[in-house]
Amino acid sequence: MQLTIKYFGLLAEFTKCNEEQIEFSGMIINDLLEIIYLKYPKLKETDFQLAQNQVIVSNETEISGTEIALLPPFAGG
Amino acid sequence: MSRYNRHIVLSEIGKKGQDKLTKAKVLVIGAGGLSCPVLQYLTAAGVGTIGIVDFDVVEESNLQRQVLFGTSSLGINKAIAAKERLMDLNNTITINAYSKKLTHKNALELFKNFDIIVDGTDNFATRYLINDASLITNKPLVYGAIYKFEGQVAVFNYKNGPSYRCLFPNPPKEGTIPNCSEIGVLGVLPGIIGSMQANEVIKIILGLGDILSGKMLCYNALTTQTTTLLITKSKTEINKALSKKESFQKTTEELNCAFSPPDSYREEISIEDAIKKKNIQFIDVREFDELPKLEALNPIYIPLSEFENNLDKIDPEKEKMIFCQTGIRSKSAASILQKHNINNSYCIKEGALEILDYITQMHKKY
Repeated sequence: MQLTIKYFGLLAEFTKCNEEQIEFSGMIINDLLEIIYLKYPKLKETDFQLAQNQVIVSNETEISGTEIALLPPFAGG
Repeated sequence: MSRYNRHIVLSEIGKKGQDKLTKAKVLVIGAGGLSCPVLQYLTAAGVGTIGIVDFDVVEESNLQRQVLFGTSSLGINKAIAAKERLMDLNNTITINAYSKKLTHKNALELFKNFDIIVDGTDNFATRYLINDASLITNKPLVYGAIYKFEGQVAVFNYKNGPSYRCLFPNPPKEGTIPNCSEIGVLGVLPGIIGSMQANEVIKIILGLGDILSGKMLCYNALTTQTTTLLITKSKTEINKALSKKESFQKTTEELNCAFSPPDSYREEISIEDAIKKKNIQFIDVREFDELPKLEALNPIYIPLSEFENNLDKIDPEKEKMIFCQTGIRSKSAASILQKHNINNSYCIKEGALEILDYITQMHKKY
């Protein structure tokens, strides 16, 4: 299936895009992360949280949606 | 009073709503980019008591976005300079300037005197301190944070809703997320995000509309896109923060530094006690080429560098005994497990060499 992956903040700088389509055939978020880490090894060293169809989920969550967002914490004020 | 006429003529606010604003007490932490618009709008709206905490002084490089200040404020403490400007805007309200650093020692006492807390700070250590202190004192927290051209807004701890730790349980690793002073920020961005925070504060006071609780709004100034993500409440994270209530004031700021391994993780065990347990799984988090190998323990091998991507290899039913060469990496691995709510994990106090010694002696004995 085709997934839309959205990147926020620092992550979008590593991926050089705010969003992209990824062809995915795995089961859970962790499977998807493996693909993303292969593509962008730098993301491995960065903390972020994931959302599936705009709902924050854990890495073990089964992928049932079409949009996955990767959200890092921001410190600035 | 004609000052508040445009609020009072709104049927949703009226005289009653204006009275609520007059009675409200809001504490704004930090007097930087985000807090400037927050303070300006709350003062203009007639919020009766406003507290401002900031230990820093106004610098020239602040003026690009910190719109309460001018060249005459340079070198003056930010809380005091902000108060001076705000008193000119509205001298009918009470403004308390606290020109000191927010610490574990003073946070709880300070928070008790206010109804709503606003986070306009610029570092993770203070953000986690504010979140935990808001939880302990049971105050809603209006959060805002920015990065270059992007901002985040949320309301935490509102009517038992999710907290910041439900979204990001622990501060990020050292040096991974730079701040504004290192990388720059679009000047108008904190103006937008701070105004959204002010809006949430006013809605909470007036009981109007839908509060941004359990949600995080992400705004991109370059694409003008907003995304709202739903946050689920994690009772584990909230209880963990609340359990620190008694020791909170004794926490030293160094220990709670954003970049040290989370101090909540202290589940250590000796190899002697670990071996006595039943239904256990040893996890070696060293790189594959590191020696000595401890085959006798029948461990699974997941180097720390790949740990987070291999959590599926870990049996959730077993008690996890993590070890490495010296006992440092095992702690990082344990906090990763904790972050993913994988429980029943322990760090073995000893390093691989000491563990090998122990096992060898055991074999000699029997």
